[in-house]
Amino acid sequence: MALIRTSSPHLHKASSTADVMRLVVLATLPGLAAMTFFFGWGTLINVVWACLLAVGFEACIVKLRKRPLGFYLKDYSAIVTALLLGLALPPFVPWWVTLVGVFVAIVIAKHLYGGLGQNPFNPAMVAYALLLVSFPLQMTSWAAPFVMIDGGESWNVLSFSHTLGLIFGGVDPILADSFTSATPLDAMRHRSGLTTEEVWSTIPVLAEGIGAWHAVSAAYFMGGIFLIYRKVFTIHTPLAILATLAVVSSLFYAVDPYEYADPFFHLTTGATMLGAFFIATDPVTSATSNKGKIVFGIGIGLLIFVIRGWGGYPDAVAFAILLMNLSAPFIDQYTQPRSYGHAKANRGMKGGA
Amino acid sequence: MSTQFSFHGGVHPPENKRQSTGLAIQTAPLAEQLIVPLSQHIGAPSDVVVSVGQRVLKGQVIAEAAGRISVNVHAPSSGEIVAVENRSVPHNSGMQAPCIVIKTDGEDEWVEHAGLDDYKAIPKQELIDFIRHHGISGMGGAGFPTDVKLHLGDDHIVNTLVLNAMECEPYITADDMLLREHAENVINGVEIIAHLLQPSHVMIGIEDNKPQAIRALELAARDTHLNLDIVVVPTVYPSGGEKQLIKLLTGIEVPSGRIPADVGIVCQNIGTAAAIYDAVYHGVPLISRVVTLTGDALAHPHNLRALIGTPLETLLNAAGVNQNALYRLVMGGPMMGFTVDSQSIPMIKTTNCIIAATYDEMPPAPAANPCIRCGMCEQVCPAELLPQQLHWFAKGKEFDKAKHHNLFDCIECGACSYVCPSNIPLVQYYRFAKSEIRAEEAEQRKSDHARIRFEARQARLEQDKADKEARRKQRAEDAAKAQAVKKDIVETKADIAVSVDAELDIKTLKTAAAVSRTKLKKAQKALQNAEDKGLEGQDKLRTTVAELESKAQAAQDAFDKAQNITPKAPVLDIKQLKTNAAVARTKLKQAEKALAKSEESGEGDLEALRIKLNEQKVKTEAVQTAYDQAESNTGATPQTIEQAKLDEMKVDVDASLSKVKKARAALESAIASDSPAAEKMKAGVDKLQAKYEALKAEYDQVLMSSPEGKAVRQLDVEGLKSDMDALKAKVDKAQVALDSAIASESPAVDKMKIGIDKLQAKYLSAKTVYESALTESTASSATTVSLEDLKSDMDAMAAKVSKAQAALTAAQESGSPAAEKMQAGVEKLQVKLDALKAGYIQAGGQIASPTELDPKALKQHVSIMRTKLKKAQTALSHVEDAEGNEAEFTELKVEVARLSVLHDEAKVGLDAYEKTLIDKAAAEGIDLKKLKIDAAMARAAVTKAERVATKAREEKTENLLDVEQHLLVAQQEAEKLNQTLSRFTE
Repeated sequence: MALIRTSSPHLHKASSTADVMRLVVLATLPGLAAMTFFFGWGTLINVVWACLLAVGFEACIVKLRKRPLGFYLKDYSAIVTALLLGLALPPFVPWWVTLVGVFVAIVIAKHLYGGLGQNPFNPAMVAYALLLVSFPLQMTSWAAPFVMIDGGESWNVLSFSHTLGLIFGGVDPILADSFTSATPLDAMRHRSGLTTEEVWSTIPVLAEGIGAWHAVSAAYFMGGIFLIYRKVFTIHTPLAILATLAVVSSLFYAVDPYEYADPFFHLTTGATMLGAFFIATDPVTSATSNKGKIVFGIGIGLLIFVIRGWGGYPDAVAFAILLMNLSAPFIDQYTQPRSYGHAKANRGMKGGA
Repeated sequence: MSTQFSFHGGVHPPENKRQSTGLAIQTAPLAEQLIVPLSQHIGAPSDVVVSVGQRVLKGQVIAEAAGRISVNVHAPSSGEIVAVENRSVPHNSGMQAPCIVIKTDGEDEWVEHAGLDDYKAIPKQELIDFIRHHGISGMGGAGFPTDVKLHLGDDHIVNTLVLNAMECEPYITADDMLLREHAENVINGVEIIAHLLQPSHVMIGIEDNKPQAIRALELAARDTHLNLDIVVVPTVYPSGGEKQLIKLLTGIEVPSGRIPADVGIVCQNIGTAAAIYDAVYHGVPLISRVVTLTGDALAHPHNLRALIGTPLETLLNAAGVNQNALYRLVMGGPMMGFTVDSQSIPMIKTTNCIIAATYDEMPPAPAANPCIRCGMCEQVCPAELLPQQLHWFAKGKEFDKAKHHNLFDCIECGACSYVCPSNIPLVQYYRFAKSEIRAEEAEQRKSDHARIRFEARQARLEQDKADKEARRKQRAEDAAKAQAVKKDIVETKADIAVSVDAELDIKTLKTAAAVSRTKLKKAQKALQNAEDKGLEGQDKLRTTVAELESKAQAAQDAFDKAQNITPKAPVLDIKQLKTNAAVARTKLKQAEKALAKSEESGEGDLEALRIKLNEQKVKTEAVQTAYDQAESNTGATPQTIEQAKLDEMKVDVDASLSKVKKARAALESAIASDSPAAEKMKAGVDKLQAKYEALKAEYDQVLMSSPEGKAVRQLDVEGLKSDMDALKAKVDKAQVALDSAIASESPAVDKMKIGIDKLQAKYLSAKTVYESALTESTASSATTVSLEDLKSDMDAMAAKVSKAQAALTAAQESGSPAAEKMQAGVEKLQVKLDALKAGYIQAGGQIASPTELDPKALKQHVSIMRTKLKKAQTALSHVEDAEGNEAEFTELKVEVARLSVLHDEAKVGLDAYEKTLIDKAAAEGIDLKKLKIDAAMARAAVTKAERVATKAREEKTENLLDVEQHLLVAQQEAEKLNQTLSRFTE
């Protein structure tokens, strides 16, 4: 046999991009299960629907770009994007909202920028932000956790077939009214002059249903820890986000507990955990060095608190992450690690642009 | 003791070390041929000191260290040198390099060798030289000559000696096995190194996956006097990298671009230590080493002690290689080793491992996915770089950014490639970027060097120019001074002098004017610039400009004046005029073009351009007229011009002919290939042919009318004749062929017949052409030719007659009986001669009677000779003045001498004749001499009068009539005298 001639190294760790993506998908499953458990079938249907759309769009656009179809579909990146978007959408969002969202995520935010590895912004968050701005009504009606419905005696979620009908337009949206409520963040934001303590005691979603959000956040947290353990990403970004958010909210809470929510509330409601572990850690759009990731995470944590506190939207994870995506290349320039044998790290960017 | 330090990153690939540690180190079989490369180390290749055919003994030096960083090479076994040539050597590129090939004799006969009794007793330098002479270079990776590192104690303070027993790469167990079996040798070697470097601390770093080696080392190191620690570290690749090892053991980082000795550390491989022990204790040079043979394609993976230069084939066979399963052959470890594609490559001093891998063991890398910047590479990078960023920069060829991201700190360990989930061959990208940057830098250095040299040259040239200018100015001044002086002294000669000197003067003046104009322009520009930018010193510039303006004006005036007073050159330089005309025409065209362009685009100052164009037109016309005039005036030019024209036409004709030929060839090939363009091409060829014929006709016409026509025609006739002859030969040949064809009843006879007919026709036409050309040419030139022939015939006949006459006389005198017969012969000859004479005269010849001299011819002859002589003399003096080339000068001298002789001869002839005339005249009482002088004077007077008359006519003086009368009188007188004189002379 003719001997081949190649460049070193001759060994390769048995891992692939697809493995990484599959691990991410696996890690979201507890969260998905928790969402389904507490908020009904909506999230699951959304996720499946989004995944189908994503694979379809990905296939079309890859074909259109004259790339090998199988090679690119097998990397699971479209599935991950759709999964994250599906998890972020409200459970009863109409089917076409998801369709628009997935189209924006896959075609515009990812492939128009050059495909996998080239997109400056997280595709799922671009889609989410666009939907939130374009269809505020559909995007802000969240499902009520089953514990709030009929006293939480049993697993009183909207039935699978009804949910399906609701999402795909076969059932009157009025039906959903008894199954929806504001989110805790909404309630906290639109408190109409109540103190934090009063809000906690009077608003039902906080008084009765907060446990559902805590549970979902815990599920995401577990998934995140699993991914860190599997070295899919490092701890830097999520830790920086959570720590910053905790520290800043603690400060404000300590100064004025009547006006501001406690740090635990900030960490366990909304998309904080999902964002910190699954979205901000998207390597393509985040800062690249460990130092950079910390700066990146601190930025996100700060922005989440700022936008939640004073912005126009109750949750802020999507906007915070997109804003920090925007600054990631800049962060990269100033957070190069100090290489072996160098007294200090290089700064800035030599050689233009 | 174990370490508390660590280095960043690292990976832990499957170790695969167990396969090759099952057996003790075996001795490799002796190969038939040992191929020993001259460059197995970093540094200069060693110099060969043996010759082909020489028998060498084991351990004998076969190549000596060349330069500081180099080591000796020794014969690994006894045998005969069969070649010193380029062979494939272990290298990434698979390149060839000089090797000494030894055909082993199987006797393994040692050269006389001995170790040192007590290495501590001799000076350190001697010990180091001893090590150097025993060919010891680093056996870990790069192969750095060990003695150089042992010198480090001289100019560095070495605190720590680090021994590298890591062997962090998977598969390799050579050091492990060496330690297991010969740990005491290693410790002895370490003691020698420590003796040379005198470190305060010795550390042996070893990974925790070699427990047996660790135990052996600890055992061996028990009795050492050294402050020695065996540091067991966790198994992480690449802990064996020198810098990583140092960080791991000491916590110190070797600064980028520096060597460990700069931080007081020297690193040596334990294999090297063992080799030093062998050399110092036993005098055994580095001719063998332990090498791991492993991989799934081998039946018995194990370690071998093999001779340097053993081909891989021998080693692989010793380990039971399965050639069918062998897919990838790696020299070194799987992370940093390189593949080789031939099993005839030899192992060298740095070859620690040979992996014969199967396809499943080391499959080809899968297709690379896009980088998702997952950062896994960053997490494992032992140099703490950002491999993902470097990858983007290398891919985008943003080398500045790559350098800024410390690309050159990359040790190419391959950890990043190993972990990359997208299977990107990162190390290859970095190698590419590094080599590109190195090439760029080399280029940069080269261009910098060139730029510096160029600038120096520019400066030198400027200086030269300035010097020359200064010298020229000095000369011009001197000349002007001399001129002035001359003018004062010789007023009469001024006319002539002015014409010459003025010419020179004008040139200098012109240059001066131009220079001052340029200066003025520059100053104006500077002023403009200064005004635009509002710079300081405008006033000063303005004064300068004014000064320069006046200077330029003065120079221009001087030039104009000089030009005006210069009498027009008697002979106009037609060439110069022609060039001027051409330049003017070009300028005119340019101006027209510029005008058209600006008219089109509607930009620029149209009016100005138009004025300029008109000016240019006028100028062009003037120049053209001048040229035309000069051309028509010059008597001598028409002929030369005609000649030039003729030449030009000939060139045209030739070019057109070659065009026709080319076109025809193209056409034929087109026809052959059935090209559709053939029709068109044919038409093109016809056109070209017509053109060619027209040109040719024109050329012939001109040629006929030109003076050279005749000669050419003569040539032409000859050409025609040869053509005709060639054709005739062809016809003959064809005829012969036809005959033979007929004889053999070939089917091609008919065709051949037609061919012959064709040839015959061609021949006939050529003949006709030739004959007509011949008659034509004879009409013009043959007469003279035959006249000469006739004359020579006649002369020959006359000589015969006179000879015969003499013979006859002699015969008659002696009363010979043959006299009568001879008489008849002579008469016959006489008749013949008469006939020839008649023919000659008829043909136009003149027979000069020997008694009757032609005075006119004589005179003419003399005057011609005189003229020629004078001309030659003038030329000679010219040449002398101009100090032209030697050859020309001598030639002219010879010519002058010859001509003067000829002239003298002619003069003598004339004088003799004149003397007879004088005698004749004396008889008539007239002094011929005096008469002659009178006549000459009269002639001179006429000439003078003529000159005066011409001048008068030119100047239209009033006394023109008087002058003309005077001339007439002079002419009459001269006529009279001439007539008298001619009476006597003729």
